[in-house]
Amino acid sequence: MKTRTILTAALLGGVAFAPAAMAQTELSMWYHGAGSNNQEEATVNRLVAEFNASQDDWEVVMESFPQESYNDSIVAAALAGNLPDIIDVDGPVMPNWAWAGYMQPLGIDEARLEGFLPGTIGRWGGEVYSVGLWDAAVAVFARRSVLEDHGIRIPTLDEPWTKDEFDAALVTLDESGEFEHAFDPGMAWTGEWYPYAFSPLLQSFGGDIVDRSTYLTAEGALNGEAAIEFGEWWQSLFERDLAPGTSQDPADRETGFIDGQYALQWNGNWAALPVIEAFGDDALFLPAPDFGNGSTIGAASWQFGVSAASEHPEGARAFIEFALTDEWFAAFSDGTGLIPVTKSAAQMTQNYAEGGPLEVFYELSERQALVRPVSPGYVVAAKVFEKALADIANGADVADTLDAAVDEIDADIEANGGYGH
Amino acid sequence: MAAVNPENRGLRLAVRYLVLILIAVIFLFPLVFMVVSSLKPDQQLLSDTSSLRAFLPVGDISLNNYADAFARAPVGLFIFNSVVVTGLTVLLALAICSLAAFSFVFLRWSGQGLVLAVILATLIIPFETIAIPLLLIVSRLPWIGIEGFEIGWLNTYRVQIIPWIADGLTIFLFVQYFKDLPRELVEAARVEGASWFQVYYRVIIPLSGPVLATAAILKFLIMYNQYLWPLIVVQQETYRPVMVGLGYYFQLNPAWGEIMAYLTVITLPVLAFYLVLQRAFIASIASTGVKG
Repeated sequence: MKTRTILTAALLGGVAFAPAAMAQTELSMWYHGAGSNNQEEATVNRLVAEFNASQDDWEVVMESFPQESYNDSIVAAALAGNLPDIIDVDGPVMPNWAWAGYMQPLGIDEARLEGFLPGTIGRWGGEVYSVGLWDAAVAVFARRSVLEDHGIRIPTLDEPWTKDEFDAALVTLDESGEFEHAFDPGMAWTGEWYPYAFSPLLQSFGGDIVDRSTYLTAEGALNGEAAIEFGEWWQSLFERDLAPGTSQDPADRETGFIDGQYALQWNGNWAALPVIEAFGDDALFLPAPDFGNGSTIGAASWQFGVSAASEHPEGARAFIEFALTDEWFAAFSDGTGLIPVTKSAAQMTQNYAEGGPLEVFYELSERQALVRPVSPGYVVAAKVFEKALADIANGADVADTLDAAVDEIDADIEANGGYGH
Repeated sequence: MAAVNPENRGLRLAVRYLVLILIAVIFLFPLVFMVVSSLKPDQQLLSDTSSLRAFLPVGDISLNNYADAFARAPVGLFIFNSVVVTGLTVLLALAICSLAAFSFVFLRWSGQGLVLAVILATLIIPFETIAIPLLLIVSRLPWIGIEGFEIGWLNTYRVQIIPWIADGLTIFLFVQYFKDLPRELVEAARVEGASWFQVYYRVIIPLSGPVLATAAILKFLIMYNQYLWPLIVVQQETYRPVMVGLGYYFQLNPAWGEIMAYLTVITLPVLAFYLVLQRAFIASIASTGVKG
């Protein structure tokens, strides 16, 4: 009787507790791509579904936000103590969120990040806070036939155009009269495009948005001799009508290179496939010119991290680690056209494998990429930089504009106590 | 003064109509541009902006942008959310603000003037300055609902409605309107034994059609156009209103045709609401113009 009672109690207890033991703990995750209508969101959804099905401990529930207001939503949620467990964060913004206490270190075994492209690892204060599942790279889009017809050398990664070569090429193409403009830097894309795409040109001149040796000032970096030389060259692009200015029609930005309005275009790997489709083997993706201090392009795209408010960092980490495989890097790359994180993953993709149409972008990313200033102050400095470059393009005095930008960035750094540097 | 002859009158009428037509065209142009652009592909939409073609449904016209706009985002859900939030807020605001105004105009209680002055003073405070403190408050407020007791109002309809029910402008509109109503009606009702609530409900409200319409339209516009507040208190698509939903269309290359289609669709409830109440709204505006 006693045995039967114990067995019955055990059975009932087992039935009662079975669902609790089997239930997955919910992990909330916020993602910036609502409405993007692209394969990136679809692949993230697939990643979440496969992670949830792969184990019994955690269930990731994703909420998508419009990218335009995503960062504001994060800041508001941090204030209200309502952050999710997992967040995605734009690489250059991560130090700000880590410094502000919105994120916690990932606590990941760094051996797992070996061989990753440099722009895909988000570090702040010596710790890894975020990891990207893809990266992006920019290049000079060109056509082999156009360059050859005008006697312009085709640059290589080992021997990019020098400043004089690049400038002479623009003048030659402009004087041919075949194009509306010789070069399309992409002035119609405001926002983060400006610091992402144009600050590497400044860096190649020898300047920068801030002084990276201390991160406590922009003095000398953004208004020194090299920066002024960059500013004057930048302004001359528009004065000489080599490039369309800030009033560029967004539609021209989108199709102007393919339509033959522009001879060269500064654009990202995400825009490369239509160019290949239009021009086939004639399409070229060339390295950034070397303006004297080496060729440089921007790095770091969206990455995943764990919010400081997460009560289950181990679950959040398990999800991120689940995604850190060549199979997922290749899946994202094939879905979105973005650059896979590792060389071995690149070999598994349609576009970045050896001989693939976008192979060159992996090399560009590996050899030329430089992350934007790793500082919490970057989010303010980037906006100041954007405005300064637009003003200079519109004819503002170069030295005065850069001095004013330095004052604004320095005032912000000071107001925030040096941002922890 | 010279007598107005028929010829002069005709000329004046012609000039008046010309000016009115011109003003109407200026006000209609943005709407026409929005609707016409919603029918064009992006490339054509942008190239047409440099000519009068921008206002004409010419070229490659189709409803594709509408189909794409609905495929990109849950437009129906966003409109439903906005209509629920706006509708309930308007109804509650009319009730609460008119009651408040009634007590300021027809009742006598100590501190009345000071309280009204404080309420009116809130008109000069921009919402942006109180958004963060308000966010901190609502994120910690308790609530007892169907699911039981909970802390925090974020990601609900109530967080989008309750903080917006009472506001200085609506109370001010009612106070000004009630002041001009004949007090004899109130006194007569009181003599007949009506309670204060009966006076409010049976005497004052039936006479307040124009101000109710004006307050409703103004409140409707404020609520339907809400962006900052729902952006910071709603983190779930389930409760997202139309203006935050607009962000779905602003990608690296904004889908301008879809944006115009989306704007056209979300403008329809506003137009419908205005058309229903326009007679009373115009009467109210006209009456404020002939006072004194």
